[in-house]
Amino acid sequence: MKARIHVFYKDGVFDPQGNTVEESLKKMGFSRIKNLRIGRVIDLEVDYPSKEEAKREVTKMCEKLLANPVIESFKHEIMET
Amino acid sequence: MKIGIITFPGSNCDDDVYDSLMRSGGFELTKLWHKDTPELSDYKLIVLPGGFSYGDYLRCGAMAARSPIMEKVIEFAKRGGLVIGICNGFQILCESGLLPGALARNLSLNFICKDIKVTVETSKTPWTQTIEARSTLNLPIAHGEGRYIISEEDYQELIKNGQVVLTYQDNPNGSTHQIAGLCNKEKNVFGLMPHPERASDLRSKDGLKIWQSLKSFLGQQS
Repeated sequence: MKARIHVFYKDGVFDPQGNTVEESLKKMGFSRIKNLRIGRVIDLEVDYPSKEEAKREVTKMCEKLLANPVIESFKHEIMET
Repeated sequence: MKIGIITFPGSNCDDDVYDSLMRSGGFELTKLWHKDTPELSDYKLIVLPGGFSYGDYLRCGAMAARSPIMEKVIEFAKRGGLVIGICNGFQILCESGLLPGALARNLSLNFICKDIKVTVETSKTPWTQTIEARSTLNLPIAHGEGRYIISEEDYQELIKNGQVVLTYQDNPNGSTHQIAGLCNKEKNVFGLMPHPERASDLRSKDGLKIWQSLKSFLGQQS
């Protein structure tokens, strides 16, 4: 199985990088955009007996290391390979 | 007074802290390696120095906060031992849960390396007890991720408990309520973005004031 994890600054936390890129896009003429956020994608292969267990364990990995709960939120998907 | 300075892979201020404390006098200094798990109970202070531990991979301080020696440091801090984290060390303290909040990318996106002024908010900590409250310290900063973030609710707790120790006079990185340094509720764990060890010789000696306060505090303890 493969896991793909997305980590972003939480909604209330200003993302200066996302804001700068959004401003650039707007200057290039893409005016119909807002709330551009830049996050991190983490891919890994996992070996658990079930998808449910993989989900549980990946959630733990996010909580314990991959995301900082004070400023970041995460979501993940488990894909059968 | 035995002091331990921890070196993580990528720490680059460990020798500066060593040098600065040595010239301050009266301390017995030991360098500790992040993979070791020494008994810390006879130490008076543990220093987490600045730098770029683990190349700032994932998040600044995230990996270092999970290194073997940090379990010992957390135990030591929970028993009331004094711990100071400077710059990357501050990030490690937040990542390890010893201090509340987190440090995010500077608002300007720039790595900022310059001398700044901070206000000492309280003298009621081991770190500032010989420094007058509301006085100014000139200290250098050098960081890309120094924007301190804390929820308004948790900030009110900090204020109630007198945990905010240093605030920027000209908020260079966009920190919440200009926070440059804070301690835990018990006051034995202190994290700050400015580098006192880089202000202990020719340009500014204000960093030494923090070591002097510490020395006075430890003198009262023994």
